[in-house]
Amino acid sequence: MTDATANGKPQMLTTADGKPLKEALNRAQARARRKAFLLVLPLLAFILITFVTPIAQMLHQSVYNEGFVMHEDIGSGERTPIMTNIKTWFDENPAGTEPNEEAFAALHKDFLLLRELRAPGQAGTRVNYERGGSRSMFTKTARRAERMEAPYMEAFLDVDEEWTDPELWRVMRDASSAYTFNFYLAALDRTKNVDGEIVNVDENRQIYVKLFARTLFLSVLITFLTFLLGYPIAHLLATLPLRYSNLLMIFVLLPFWTSLLVRTTSWMVLLQSQGVVNDALVGMGLLGDDNRLQMMYNQIGTVVAMTHILLPFMVLPLYSVMRPINPSYVRAARSLGATSWTAFRRIYFPQTVPGIGAGALLVFILAVGYYITPALVGGADGQLISNLIAFHMQNSLNWSLAAALAALLLAGILILYWLYDRLIGIDNLKLG
Amino acid sequence: MKLKTALMATALAGVGFAAQAQEVTVMSWGGAYTKSQVEAYHKPFTAETGIKVNSVDADNPATPIKAQVEAGNVSIDVADVEFSDAVRLCDEGLLETIDVSMLPAAPDGTPATEDFIEGALQDCAVANIVWSTVMAYNSENVDGTPTSIADFFDTEKFPGKRGLRKSAKATLEMALMADGVPAGEVYDVLETDEGIDRAFAKLDTIKDDIVWWEAGAQPPQLLADGEVVMSTAYNGRIFNAAVGEDQPLEIVWDGQILDFDLFVVPKGAPNKDAAMKFIAFSTDTQRLADQASWISYGPARKSSGDLVGLYSDGKTEMAPHMPTAAKNLENALVNNFEFWVDMDAELNERFNAWLAQ
Amino acid sequence: MALPNHASTLERVWHYAYLVICGLIFLFLIAPILVVIPLSFNIEPYFTFTEKMLKLDPTGYSMRWYDLLLTFGMLEPEAPRDASWWADAWANANWINAAKNSIIIGFFSTIIATGLGTVAALGLSRPEMPYRRAIMATLISPMIVPIIIVATGLFFFYSRIGIQDWGIPYLGVILAHATLGIPFVIITVTATLVGFDHSLTRAAANLGADPVTTFRRVQMPLIMPGVISGALFAFVTSFDEVVVVLFVGGLDEQTIPRQMWNGIREQISPAILSVATILVIVSIVLLTVVELLRRRSERLRGMSPS
Repeated sequence: MTDATANGKPQMLTTADGKPLKEALNRAQARARRKAFLLVLPLLAFILITFVTPIAQMLHQSVYNEGFVMHEDIGSGERTPIMTNIKTWFDENPAGTEPNEEAFAALHKDFLLLRELRAPGQAGTRVNYERGGSRSMFTKTARRAERMEAPYMEAFLDVDEEWTDPELWRVMRDASSAYTFNFYLAALDRTKNVDGEIVNVDENRQIYVKLFARTLFLSVLITFLTFLLGYPIAHLLATLPLRYSNLLMIFVLLPFWTSLLVRTTSWMVLLQSQGVVNDALVGMGLLGDDNRLQMMYNQIGTVVAMTHILLPFMVLPLYSVMRPINPSYVRAARSLGATSWTAFRRIYFPQTVPGIGAGALLVFILAVGYYITPALVGGADGQLISNLIAFHMQNSLNWSLAAALAALLLAGILILYWLYDRLIGIDNLKLG
Repeated sequence: MKLKTALMATALAGVGFAAQAQEVTVMSWGGAYTKSQVEAYHKPFTAETGIKVNSVDADNPATPIKAQVEAGNVSIDVADVEFSDAVRLCDEGLLETIDVSMLPAAPDGTPATEDFIEGALQDCAVANIVWSTVMAYNSENVDGTPTSIADFFDTEKFPGKRGLRKSAKATLEMALMADGVPAGEVYDVLETDEGIDRAFAKLDTIKDDIVWWEAGAQPPQLLADGEVVMSTAYNGRIFNAAVGEDQPLEIVWDGQILDFDLFVVPKGAPNKDAAMKFIAFSTDTQRLADQASWISYGPARKSSGDLVGLYSDGKTEMAPHMPTAAKNLENALVNNFEFWVDMDAELNERFNAWLAQ
Repeated sequence: MALPNHASTLERVWHYAYLVICGLIFLFLIAPILVVIPLSFNIEPYFTFTEKMLKLDPTGYSMRWYDLLLTFGMLEPEAPRDASWWADAWANANWINAAKNSIIIGFFSTIIATGLGTVAALGLSRPEMPYRRAIMATLISPMIVPIIIVATGLFFFYSRIGIQDWGIPYLGVILAHATLGIPFVIITVTATLVGFDHSLTRAAANLGADPVTTFRRVQMPLIMPGVISGALFAFVTSFDEVVVVLFVGGLDEQTIPRQMWNGIREQISPAILSVATILVIVSIVLLTVVELLRRRSERLRGMSPS
């Protein structure tokens, strides 16, 4: 070191074995980085396989549906392309061409194959997703396909006079390629008209936008209610001496640790029209036996139960922000003449805003995706978008639509999650 | 390999040790209905063949079957489904065909094909029971006595919540009948767009008062708990709750909708041979008659009719509680399976949109 | 929270009103959980307090629903309760089987989540960790993404790869539950490493300890409370999870929540409440363990006890 300064010109620092120190440091740093990364790698790979891939695959499903393109035999797994003749006709004729005899002849050939493969239901279902009433046309026509004779156009019209409906042909044209964005349109209550323009679907078929709106509204309401209930008790917990607040904390942590299904069951027991709350109200004479309140199988049930279930997620972040707030600030404000309300509003409340943000975002994100509780206590009008995704997954089996709805929900959540990370930081997530 | 196992099993059925390893998974509708099948079919089947029967339940087995087959992940061997679902799933190639010649003849020698009532044998399905969707009420909670399906929709005369199955099937028909359409014309009306609108308009009149149910066990529970005063229900569930558990529940037979339940085998069932054996065993004359002593559903074989006697409590005569009893059939509708095969998906879509509005 | 002497009347009124409000909110939090406990001893098949129960008449209470948990699904529930009866219950009772499945699934998913999660947390809390923020966000995301989306994705994924044919029971559910448990392990373990003085490991290395020894003697005691509470969180997550089980679980993979779900939707007998009571007691035990661990962790890290 002394040599270096003695020369007046800084000599490059080296390690004992003569390598430049900077380089060695860099290398050490890189090694440390690699080491750290290697520790994380197994988990990252695990998450990529068991979590990211399945979700990516589901997203693919939302733009890919081969119901009108490919038949897969269930026993042998053999894959047979279907509707190939009509696909050729579509390729040769531009969109909007009126179907002619040639088109119907091609369609007839395809229907014979459908009949043989027992696939008219599958192809019809794909068309039916975009044009109601098509599935029955397909099954009906396939049953008679073998007996049909030229001219085929007449034969088809004989089975169902809607066979020349331009909308039907528009949908078949779209469906004849497996990749499509139409399920996203459907998830937003939109469809394409005959000319391929995007329009709203019939009023009596519009549900998804309404359900997204309801999900948002109920989630905001629930978030607000958890804030309303969570703030006072978080404040109390934060200002009480520790030996009391630790005891009271059990009231927050026990629900947090109790099974979701147990809590939902409890609310069913409480809210039923012959349940504990109604019985108590009738018993106290506040309510006639005939006018018991309907608090379950509707939105009230969903809101009450979810507020209870998500409340700890609001209280815990609030508490962790409130606890370190120094009480002398408020005291100083009071001594300077502020009323207790002003002191709270101007001094205390602003310091708790980060906690409110953290809690509110967390509660909101969790509420938007809720499934179990609305399914059990929500009835028909307390259902959220998740319930509809489950319905399309398990009942209607319109998997592409379920995937499209899920993708929209996921996009919304990821934006909020990103916001959370920006504003609060994932590192600051605390659990009790 | 499978054939060999089957042969071995048959050869050793008397000894019963090789067969122990075998099992068959049967999916049904849960609650009292599954119980009746366990008592009448599963237990004697296991006792005779040594094949273990796993019983699983679903709200409507047709749905998981379809999902399982389409996802290529079949774990069910036998499912109990409604008529239109059986035909529809068969049309779509999701079911194994069933060879009716394997079904045993009636005790008097009548071949199975003649012994089963009309429509009970299909390409891919064998019926076991005739059941019906009926309206029922809790006599302790209703003021007065509802007598017709129209009363179900009359919330002024009979105030209170109504329970309805969360599905278009049967619900739309009932709405039309309540709106004055005679049973014989229901499907003619429902085939038109105006008819469908009319049915939904009728449902609109009580929409706010409806509690929707999905599992067959729910309506007796909802009625008994007082959550609803009237509900549609599967008739056997109400019978079991009323007679078996002494609940004050009554059935109104006016406007009942008759349907079959049929056994089907999904494509790719892991134990297909055992499944076929189970179906042949369960739908013989004696088993079908036995089932009727556990729940009030009519057997699908004519020869079983005479063997139906008392309920398992040993004192209740079953015959008058059957949906097929003459006095219960006065204004009854037979479910038009062809209509529902074609329209099920579409009407349910409309129904769900209506529900969400 | 004591009221100062100079508080005005209005402030006094508000102060007591505030305490009452807080009391009501605490009641709102805890009452629904406690209400099921007495009801699970109801002798009647209803969910309301009968008159006998309110009068604390012992004939209004019974253990019949707990008994039903044992007998439901048994082959010979009426047989005398000797060894073969218990063997029957152990082999066939639905709730016992569900409990077995839940514990098996919970155990293995916890092992996977804790193992991978702890190692990753060690990497994540090193100051040199590259792309820390993005990776952290990815690893925590299973907690944020709605479970229905995860279940939907897994349904397609598992049918595509044919996981049910691999012959490993519960595999699909175990992997899914491990994924869901991982964020909790990461959060709790990294929390114990916050403020960890990395010169300690360097000091250990300086004194001649190899990396394994350093980990075992220096880091492990510090992170152990975090690992255990993370593992408990992961276990509870699995133990409580129903949506993934419903979507991807085999029919014979009945777990306690799935059995509850079926029960609630069909016939909510007080048997459900007796299960609920047992689960509440389990959660009280777990909560106590986690609390003790937290205190231990704080003591170890030299923080003031809180």
